[in-house]
Amino acid sequence: MTRRRFMRGVSTEAALLLIGIPVLLWTLIPIYHMFLFAISPKDAAFSGQLWPTHPTFRNFEIVFGQQHHFLYNFWRQMFNSLAISCATAVLTLLIASATAFAISRLRMKGGRWVMNLALFTYFIPAAFLAVPMYKTMGMYGLLNNDWALILAMVTVASPYAIWILRQASDKLPVELDEAALIDGASPFQLFRMIYIPLMVPSLIAVGTYALLLAWNEYLYAFLLLSRETSLTLPVALGNFLSADDSPWELLMTAGFIYALPPAAIYYAFRKYMSSGLTAGAVKG
Amino acid sequence: MTAATTNIVEPARRPSRRAGFALSEKQVWALLFTAPYIVVFLAFVVFPVGYAFWLARDPHLYVELSEDPIFLRTVVNTLVFLIVAINVKMVMALFLSGFFTHKRWWVKVLAVLFVLPWAVPSIPTILSVRFMLNPEWGVVNTLIFSLTGDDGPNWLNDPTLALSLSMVVHIWKSLPFWTLILLAGRLAIPGELYEAASVDGAGAWHRFRFITWPSISTLYVTCTFLSMIFTVGDFNSVYLLTGGGPADLTHVLATLGIRYLRLDQVGLAMASIVCALPLILPLVFVMMKRLSK
Repeated sequence: MTRRRFMRGVSTEAALLLIGIPVLLWTLIPIYHMFLFAISPKDAAFSGQLWPTHPTFRNFEIVFGQQHHFLYNFWRQMFNSLAISCATAVLTLLIASATAFAISRLRMKGGRWVMNLALFTYFIPAAFLAVPMYKTMGMYGLLNNDWALILAMVTVASPYAIWILRQASDKLPVELDEAALIDGASPFQLFRMIYIPLMVPSLIAVGTYALLLAWNEYLYAFLLLSRETSLTLPVALGNFLSADDSPWELLMTAGFIYALPPAAIYYAFRKYMSSGLTAGAVKG
Repeated sequence: MTAATTNIVEPARRPSRRAGFALSEKQVWALLFTAPYIVVFLAFVVFPVGYAFWLARDPHLYVELSEDPIFLRTVVNTLVFLIVAINVKMVMALFLSGFFTHKRWWVKVLAVLFVLPWAVPSIPTILSVRFMLNPEWGVVNTLIFSLTGDDGPNWLNDPTLALSLSMVVHIWKSLPFWTLILLAGRLAIPGELYEAASVDGAGAWHRFRFITWPSISTLYVTCTFLSMIFTVGDFNSVYLLTGGGPADLTHVLATLGIRYLRLDQVGLAMASIVCALPLILPLVFVMMKRLSK
């Protein structure tokens, strides 16, 4: 009997491994391939070896030292990405938390309408809004300006942010607001002193979502920004493709560096992300 | 402030509906709080969308579109992409969400790594796949050559292969997200149900069929619809891997609009997007009904 149970345990473990190993390979191969390029000397990454014969940090030196003409503005472009992502996160948080507060806590007349319009925007595929957005930004005179990308990303990020924040806000007890109002608090004080402190976990989730969305964005960035010094790094990496003799190992190195911050941020805020963001979808 | 206070304390004295424009102070505050979003919405959603429809108003554009063989090919590609990629992805997500419910230390570690494709930017990872598939020096064909002595296929130069590989990239990128959502759905099912079923001698298949599936089927359908809407807008998986090539045969609607834009045919770009609306709007309608409860 125990022997049979033991055998069954072993076969369960084997079945799990049989799923787990392919999943691990499937997940990591493209990322490992990128890393392999980054630590291989030029032209040595193509040999199909699992580990380079002479691993080197030379590619990182070239990228950090901006020593290749594709990378003359590496730090500048990295800084653009950072500034645009942070501005997007801050603006999205301000706009979405205020809107969710008005709909959920102030019981705004027509709040349902605002929520439905926001949801509707969330369902417009971003690639479809991109072309009209490009023309509109041109009319507003914002093309090639960081604000074009920031405002576009805020437009894309806030509907989902409002939706998530409204759901979290609906769960806060009404009695809190009533007590504060009886004590003579204005709606603004209510927002600042009760709503915001209680919403911190959801705000972290939404802020991270907006930050990563803007950091990872390629399409809007490549449409809205074109001056070499105002590009974000993904667009600069995309430009590598336009030349035949592009230094692939440098492209992969820069891409690897660019992928590190979002991965780190994701893992740092993983708890908030998975509870905050999946909660919204699970409810449906 | 006093108005707001009395409103709460004495709900009976709330201004009647017929008062219409006499907004309470609370409603004025609510308007102030929503104003920034309303401004963003008007300036960057309503105006661009209205402008797009205005640019796409000429019926002649649609004749021109329907005569463009690339457009027809694109519509077919988009439908194939939606039907094949999404169903494969959702079935994989459903299966893997079950795998990740197992409590082992290494499954936990794997779950953490598994999210990487979704968390990191598309451009370096998709380009990495693109290099792997390079017919001359890509690692895939190098391996095929060293194992069989034959040259591997020219992966991205064959429209069918190239589109299939775009779907693989799309699945690679978005599978973690849907797996996590379905996993959250599975973890919300009370464990006693499974214990009771085990006592009654139910096997793995019966536990799935009679406990798991009934509990998460609604979520699964919602996710499938949502994923369809998102996938229609997936520009990166196709553009960064194939660039729409070879010979513009692997475009989907998301990349076609950008192609027309780059050829300075803004009217056609807008018209091609308007043509996608019959595909999107029913889905959006269903999702709005499901989510705005």
